[in-house]
Amino acid sequence: MNEVTSEEQGDFTVVRLSGEVDLSWSQQVRQAILDALEREAGVGVELSAVSYIDSSGIAALVEGFQNARQNGRRFALVAVSQAVMAVLELARLDRVFPIVADVEAARAV
Amino acid sequence: MADAEALIDVRGLEAWYGKRRILADVDFRVEPGEIRVIMGGSGSGKSTLLRHVLGLHRPSAGTIRVLGVDIAHADAAQMLDIRRKIGVSFQGGALLTSLSVGDNVALPLRELTTLDENTIRIMSRIKLEVVNLGGFQDLMPSQLSGGMVKRAALARAIVMDPKLLFFDEPSAGLDPVVSAELDELILRLRDALRMTIVVVTHELESAFKIADTITVLDQGRVLMTGTVDEVRNADNERIQDLLNRRPREVVVDVDAYMKRLTEEDA
Repeated sequence: MNEVTSEEQGDFTVVRLSGEVDLSWSQQVRQAILDALEREAGVGVELSAVSYIDSSGIAALVEGFQNARQNGRRFALVAVSQAVMAVLELARLDRVFPIVADVEAARAV
Repeated sequence: MADAEALIDVRGLEAWYGKRRILADVDFRVEPGEIRVIMGGSGSGKSTLLRHVLGLHRPSAGTIRVLGVDIAHADAAQMLDIRRKIGVSFQGGALLTSLSVGDNVALPLRELTTLDENTIRIMSRIKLEVVNLGGFQDLMPSQLSGGMVKRAALARAIVMDPKLLFFDEPSAGLDPVVSAELDELILRLRDALRMTIVVVTHELESAFKIADTITVLDQGRVLMTGTVDEVRNADNERIQDLLNRRPREVVVDVDAYMKRLTEEDA
């Protein structure tokens, strides 16, 4: 099921995505990530349940990361599924994003 | 039923340019996730088949269904929906010369979506990175080499993450390294972005590397559709001629030849 949820853990928010992230709702994902960055000092985007992501979804992640960099916030992709990793690798973005195995590691980024 | 799932389903297609029949009784079906190569010599009808599937020509006979829609009878809204879901990289690039590379690539997103401008900029630049043109967005098409034009055109063709990508002669005029990179990229686009890809080419090496299945066209007819191994081992003289680059034996019909040379209305 396509879903985005945000879970606050102290000064850190985990944004969880699931399903197929595509053009039809990626703007919602973008907004959820930007909102979380507005509120907290750190954001981890958890991607283990994402079975497909298109470029508009990747763009939402890129914009979030850039926003975090500009405002001195922590940002990481967490538990990246194979399907997401394949798309990141296509544009070599796997070498750009901080990518970590779990939320604990994301908090330490 | 396999037919219902086919992304492209062409049956009995016939095409004429004036009095010349270009395609005859062509059946052509492509399943989701497949990389299909249309192979054939010059004048075999490859490009004509492609243009019909894209809805640029109406068939003289036969039906063409793309993404489940009979495109000869589709209304404007249906055609628009199809155009959102397909990408085409034409042989010559077909970039708009008055727009920068970045604006060319972003054009489909600006025309066909209501995405935020930040998202559009990032999406189009991601695709420039994918085709190894990262940072080239401010150049004009006239400042690019032939290979770069081709890659920019591919970036534009995939900027919407199409379900169905058409690629006309990806290797033509490219150096071997860039050509091999493009072959690799075609495979990765299918795997990562789940694209179904139709490639028109006469480059055998490239065809054998990327194809799941190959349709061999010759003089407007489908000689065969099969896997790479099936085509390589085909027991068909004309296919073996194509594979071994043997010139074809032209059959001369004296009556027809004289008619072509002498009659005003030939």
